[in-house]
Amino acid sequence: MKKKIENKKVLSRFQYSSDDVIEKPFNWKQMLRLFSYMKPYRKDLLPFSIMMVLLNTGVKLLIPILIGVYTLDKALIEKDGKLLTILVVLITILYLINFVANFFRIKWMNMLGQSVIYDLRKHLFTHVQTLSHRFFDQRSAGSILVRIMNDINSLQELFTNGVINLLMDMILLVGIFIILFSLSPQLTLAIMIILPIMFFISTSLRRNIRRSWQVVRLKQSKLNSHLNESIQGIRITQSFTQEKENMTFFDGVNTENFESWRVASQKNAMFRPLVEITNALGTAVLIWYGASLIQNETITIGYFVSFAFYLGMFWEPISRLGMVYNQLLIGMASSERIFEFLDEKPNVDEKKDAIQLDNIIGKINFEDVEFSYDERRPALRKINLEMQAGQTVALVGHTGSGKTTIANLISRFYDPTAGKVKIDDKDLREVTLASLRNQISVVLQDTFIFSGTISDNIRFGRPDGSIEEVMEAAKAVGAHAFIENLPNGYETEVEERGNILSVGERQLLSFARALLADPRILILDEATASIDTETEVKIQKALKALLKGRTAIIIAHRLSTIRDADHIFVLDHGNIIEQGNHDELMDLQGEYYQLVKAQFNMLSAG
Amino acid sequence: MEVFRKLKMYYWPYKGYFFWSIGFLLIVTAVTVVYPMILQITIDEVVIGGKYEWIPYLALGFIGIMIVKGVATFIHQYTGDLFGITSVYKLRNALYHKLQFLPFRYYDNAKTGDLMSRLTADVEGFRFFLSIGFSELIRFILLIGISFSVMFYYSISLTIVTLITLPFLAVVTFKFDKAVHPAFRSIRKSFGKLNTKVQENISGINTVKSLSREDFEIHKFNDSNGDYKDKYIFTADIWARFFPLMELLGNISVVLLLAYGGYLVMNGDLLLGELVAFYSLVWYIMWPIMNLGFIVNLFSQSKASGERLLEILDAENEIEDKPSAMSAERLQGEVEFRNVTFRYSDEDKDALYNINFYAHPGKVIGLIGSTGSGKTSLTQLMTRFYEPVDGEVKMDGINVEEYSLHSLRRNIGFVLQESFLFSSSIKANISYGKPNATMEEIIDAAKRAQAHDFIMELPDGYDTMLGERGMGLSGGQKQRIAIARAFCINPSILILDDATSAVDMETEFQIQKSLKEVMEGRTTFIIAHRISSLKHADEILVLENGHIVERGIHENLLKQNGPYQRIYDIQYRDIGRVIGSHAG
Repeated sequence: MKKKIENKKVLSRFQYSSDDVIEKPFNWKQMLRLFSYMKPYRKDLLPFSIMMVLLNTGVKLLIPILIGVYTLDKALIEKDGKLLTILVVLITILYLINFVANFFRIKWMNMLGQSVIYDLRKHLFTHVQTLSHRFFDQRSAGSILVRIMNDINSLQELFTNGVINLLMDMILLVGIFIILFSLSPQLTLAIMIILPIMFFISTSLRRNIRRSWQVVRLKQSKLNSHLNESIQGIRITQSFTQEKENMTFFDGVNTENFESWRVASQKNAMFRPLVEITNALGTAVLIWYGASLIQNETITIGYFVSFAFYLGMFWEPISRLGMVYNQLLIGMASSERIFEFLDEKPNVDEKKDAIQLDNIIGKINFEDVEFSYDERRPALRKINLEMQAGQTVALVGHTGSGKTTIANLISRFYDPTAGKVKIDDKDLREVTLASLRNQISVVLQDTFIFSGTISDNIRFGRPDGSIEEVMEAAKAVGAHAFIENLPNGYETEVEERGNILSVGERQLLSFARALLADPRILILDEATASIDTETEVKIQKALKALLKGRTAIIIAHRLSTIRDADHIFVLDHGNIIEQGNHDELMDLQGEYYQLVKAQFNMLSAG
Repeated sequence: MEVFRKLKMYYWPYKGYFFWSIGFLLIVTAVTVVYPMILQITIDEVVIGGKYEWIPYLALGFIGIMIVKGVATFIHQYTGDLFGITSVYKLRNALYHKLQFLPFRYYDNAKTGDLMSRLTADVEGFRFFLSIGFSELIRFILLIGISFSVMFYYSISLTIVTLITLPFLAVVTFKFDKAVHPAFRSIRKSFGKLNTKVQENISGINTVKSLSREDFEIHKFNDSNGDYKDKYIFTADIWARFFPLMELLGNISVVLLLAYGGYLVMNGDLLLGELVAFYSLVWYIMWPIMNLGFIVNLFSQSKASGERLLEILDAENEIEDKPSAMSAERLQGEVEFRNVTFRYSDEDKDALYNINFYAHPGKVIGLIGSTGSGKTSLTQLMTRFYEPVDGEVKMDGINVEEYSLHSLRRNIGFVLQESFLFSSSIKANISYGKPNATMEEIIDAAKRAQAHDFIMELPDGYDTMLGERGMGLSGGQKQRIAIARAFCINPSILILDDATSAVDMETEFQIQKSLKEVMEGRTTFIIAHRISSLKHADEILVLENGHIVERGIHENLLKQNGPYQRIYDIQYRDIGRVIGSHAG
């Protein structure tokens, strides 16, 4: 008992979630919506593919009769050489038709499937781009990625083969049934006893097996999550000498994984034997009953052989139908998740009659602005403020006081819950998003570097900037020197998140990016980060170049920036409690004074 | 084969499973060939020969044989799977064990993505080969061998005529495999690119939106999306070119069988049932041939996988306990560096050159200097994350090499530059180095690291989950939890490597105050960029390019007109100016 408790403790040492596809019950409305993505192809790829499938199916259905009934009975037993020749030629022609149909079927079905997947993914991605900050705040990047990539991919098989196979298999099954019935109703009814067993195996048993594999996947993703984390955190593990403890945890996860595999594999291994035994049952009935039918001359040998061939053909369509059914259930889960995103409305919506915001001078007003991220906690309470064009304004206050919220409202990443935000006396809700954001640049704490060259990254805000302009911007912020030192200068490829660059260098790069975009309004989220003093000096200088001649809103930590600001707003719990320039606020001896003094005390205490 | 020999210790202990699997495979294959023979007997002997009394035996016998086959198939497949998954279980544990103990130097050069792909895809490839590959190869030989024998037994000339397409089929199959594998790789690569593109877009969505570059991003995405589609369709076209051809070649065999076999039957050289049996047997030879490329490919892939796994398993564990290593029970915290020189690899220049210093137990040592000056390297020699090229690092007067790694590191609390937290509760993260810590100890550590208050404000307090499924914490909050984690093991030596960079100054001040209490009588190393973080140190070492260029206490360093004073001037000039006339 004690061991069990310990074991449980070890296994809960780390915890991982799994964003895996689970099946959902069938839903007609959703399926129709999903299949509406095939609409654009209803006049070409779809009917063409279906035609090819029909040809294939036709050949498949005809051959066994030709061989059994005609070749065996008519030609061979009656020793009709001429008929044999005709039949051989006929069968050859059928096979050639089958060959050509196969070629186009594979080609067109894949084209159709991939086109639908392409459209769906494009639609989803484009839609996600229009969604607002709130959407991205609520979700991890990973979970959004999974939907755009994996969920859509899990529909691939359904659209490429599933839908059309569904049709083919139904025709095949019905076709076989009709042919058999017309050959011999008694024998057909006799061997039909295997059909329900086959259906059972291909749906229920297979689903049971698939669920076991689902468990395997979950365990495996847990195992992989831990492996990934243990590699990234290896330095911590070794510092704290937790290697042995982690090994115990890993052995636990590994054992779980092993056990789930074992169970799934055991069930899986039963599948084929059961199918074959069922088939054997059919064959036994055929031999027993079929032979007695031949004996009393109800059927011929050729019929018998045809029956044997068709019996062998039963399993394939039934098996595939079961597979398609499973694909549909998975497709339900994936498409539900995809549609959930597609149905998400942007919080910040552009009005239909939104006007183009022409070149602004950069005056900003907040009129009775209230805002809350969620209902319980207001982030801003009745804010009124004015920022003059060309001023540098600092926002000061503790974490959670509302500094970043004010900045977000100016870029209209969110709309205020009440009140108005105006630029050049125009309500932001009246103007187009692009014309607004084109004139605003935000430099974030966490500078995102996209993979591409350095110059691509600087150009990100203004792709048509010439290389001279790029270099000019880099020089102005003091980034030119380190860029020139990189292996290929401005054409150096940086990977995602810019891992060959230091924090300070990334910061300078984002300054250059903002400067090249030459916005009328600049929003700067200054971060306290680990930058050595030399770089810090460079950044201070760069900042001066950047701020010149535009309205700048700075969420400030550096005392020098605050001191140099034209106007300072001191925020507390969503209220502006003090404002003015540095000297005025110091004279006031209020909250601002306390903030500055506290920092000063820290530095000189001792 | 070298690869499989080297990896033998992971799968050979489970050879029992393998032999069972192969044994039952023999039965399965033998029985498979029985089906067409029964069909033949039914037609020739029973129907044409009129021996209708055989029917019940044939039918029941057939079911009996198929049940035997079913059981054999099950055992064959299940034991084959067990062989694979048991071996891989053992292999995974071995890999994990290895990875836990590989030195920092290994991880400096390794990419997480690359290691992960070895641990997932390559392990999986190896498993697949153990479970399926070996026995597929054997099945191939058996099935073809037995089918050929039966066909020869029936009619040699018909066998030859029918299988005349076989060489063509073999050639087409090999060509197909050659063409399709690069194509599949290009799909995977394209998918990877698309994945990266989307991931980058979502991670950088704030930047995209703030510069209103959505259209540009959509355009770039469409390129990648289209590329993926094109690659996929290109691959499908290869299928379209080869697959129908393979089927056609098989079908031509059937036509030949009908034509020539029909002729033989009419001449009485072949029984009708034998012709029908041939029809099934032909496919028993065709399918394995079409599969051959797959098996060969499987073999070469698993060989490559095995090689990549061996690279990890054979990686050198440079830093290990000496056989005579002793346990450092409770260190006093006396640290001495004697003529220590260190470089990361032989090609690199010295990261540290001739470092000498001595730290009394209970003292605070500050390290300052620009990025790359050697501060971090210096501290990481104490825990033996790396070993010096020259000179000695001593703890309590004894070279650190003499201690066991485990006992040495247990005495040292390290807060690394990047504050990595695990996917676990806050509680478990703080007690990471001491899993049996009591709740009081955990809370105490958090309080001293100024983390308690914000933790209590979180919805689930200390049980809040962090990491991939958990709360996003700010950089400063993460750093404070990392500090609490180091406090929690109650170390003799504490190393803070730029551990408060994202914490605001006020909080840092509070942390430093509690540091003084916690580290009473123990040794602390502080690496920082801000002078305020280390001005109270008992000794400050100023590093530049791996050399100690200045040392002493704050007040003295300020008078030396050296690098320390310059840093001070830059940082304090602002303060003086800001406070200016209002001070006091």
